[in-house]
Amino acid sequence: MPHRKSLASIWRRIPQRYRGESTMCLNCGRHFFPPRHFCPYCRRKSKIAPYTISGRGKVMSYTVVHVAQEGFERQVPYVIAIVELEEGPKLTAQLCAVEPEDVRIGMPVEMSFRRISEDKDDGIIHYGYKFSPILSPKK
Amino acid sequence: MAGIVGYGAYIPRYRIKVEEIAKVWGKDANSIKKGLNIQEKSVPAVDEDTITIATEAARNALSYAGIDPQGIGAVYVGSESHPYAVKPSAATVAEAINATPVMTAADYEFACKAGTAAIQTCMAMVDSNMVRYGLAIGADTSQGRPGDALEYTAAAGGAAYIIGKEDTIANIEATYSFTTDTPDFWRRAGQEYPRHGARFTGEPAYFKHVRSATEGLLEKGGYSLDEFDYVVFHQPNGKFPIRLAKRMGIPLEKLKVGLLTPMIGNTYSGATPLGLAAVLDIAKPGEMILATSFGSGAGSDSFAIRVTENIHKNERPVQMYASRTKYLSYGEYAKHRRKIRM
Ligand SMILES: [Zn+2]
Repeated sequence: MPHRKSLASIWRRIPQRYRGESTMCLNCGRHFFPPRHFCPYCRRKSKIAPYTISGRGKVMSYTVVHVAQEGFERQVPYVIAIVELEEGPKLTAQLCAVEPEDVRIGMPVEMSFRRISEDKDDGIIHYGYKFSPILSPKK
Repeated sequence: MAGIVGYGAYIPRYRIKVEEIAKVWGKDANSIKKGLNIQEKSVPAVDEDTITIATEAARNALSYAGIDPQGIGAVYVGSESHPYAVKPSAATVAEAINATPVMTAADYEFACKAGTAAIQTCMAMVDSNMVRYGLAIGADTSQGRPGDALEYTAAAGGAAYIIGKEDTIANIEATYSFTTDTPDFWRRAGQEYPRHGARFTGEPAYFKHVRSATEGLLEKGGYSLDEFDYVVFHQPNGKFPIRLAKRMGIPLEKLKVGLLTPMIGNTYSGATPLGLAAVLDIAKPGEMILATSFGSGAGSDSFAIRVTENIHKNERPVQMYASRTKYLSYGEYAKHRRKIRM
């Protein structure tokens, strides 16, 4: 997520980044995230409809980042994971509210609302999802 | 009559102990812990702020209430640590919970009582049928100047309340406010840290306003203190609310459930809303709750709340967040809170 990203591209992704709004194909039942406007499996038979993901999933694999890209220096070490959503799609996202040594393959996670990046001290703050371990009241 | 349809809490998981801060400044940790009645405080992660805390609390409130967020006609976020000087926190929160676009929104600021002011606004809008549901949030990521007494208590957290008339889990039977211009605590525009009138913060500020609002509520509503099963007072430290309860003859058991500051610190605009949420987590139908906030500058909002038979289990209670902890060293804390420039 580089700095000085265009405001228009940040703004366009608000429904996806804030609320997990995406699409699915009614013809084959596949869910997409990020949204697709064409189903690669059904092609001409694609029937795309809006769909909001549950925000829950599992860690498929992960890597611990020690040398951060610009803007993420305060967060090292942090974890970038491939998360498989309940609905099927896989995506790459940062994990939060967990120490790198506590991350496990298969760990259930959910979307949390966090600051993703900011455009220096005087620019826009970019919010969106990260994934955190699912909180359970029994502990 | 307006009441609470749903509520939700959020507290960041990082903590720093009084010992860890006292060590850096060469202070005696035990006397601070005793003097303020505080053990540790919550600290936000680098990627958490008032907007993210408010959003998490609001999502928890929505899942508790089980209502369609599109029914929310007003969103107010009370905080003294809005991430932007100009750009509403409330619009981002509303967007994140899918309450936009047909709704009104604004940010509130009144030191530690902006969240309860938001609840009162929502009550009035619901009672006048301007909106079906109003969302009132108190959330903060407060900072004390390094080395200042406030550094031991200034914490982060928040709670959200969905106010409405249908299927209320608790009815707000009465509210009463007491406000004066009192210079006990302030932060000038553009300044990073607040200043306070040291000893001025006690008697003429906290005690006078919280007590006046509470006694005004009792008189207005025709209540006696004995009718209330739980009492929540604003809690800038762990000591003030206990001292006030003693003076007013309130048994300390009634205060205990809603007194969170000794373990999580003062969450400012989040403090009274979180204390009330901790009480609602365990309250039973018919029970009565008295809650009085305080904001420096200065004012108090007091509420008489009666729990209804609709109250049900909160899947994400305050205690779950309060017991989720990861301790920081002072160095890590300074990095987190941007006290070190990078
Ligand atoms: Zn398809």
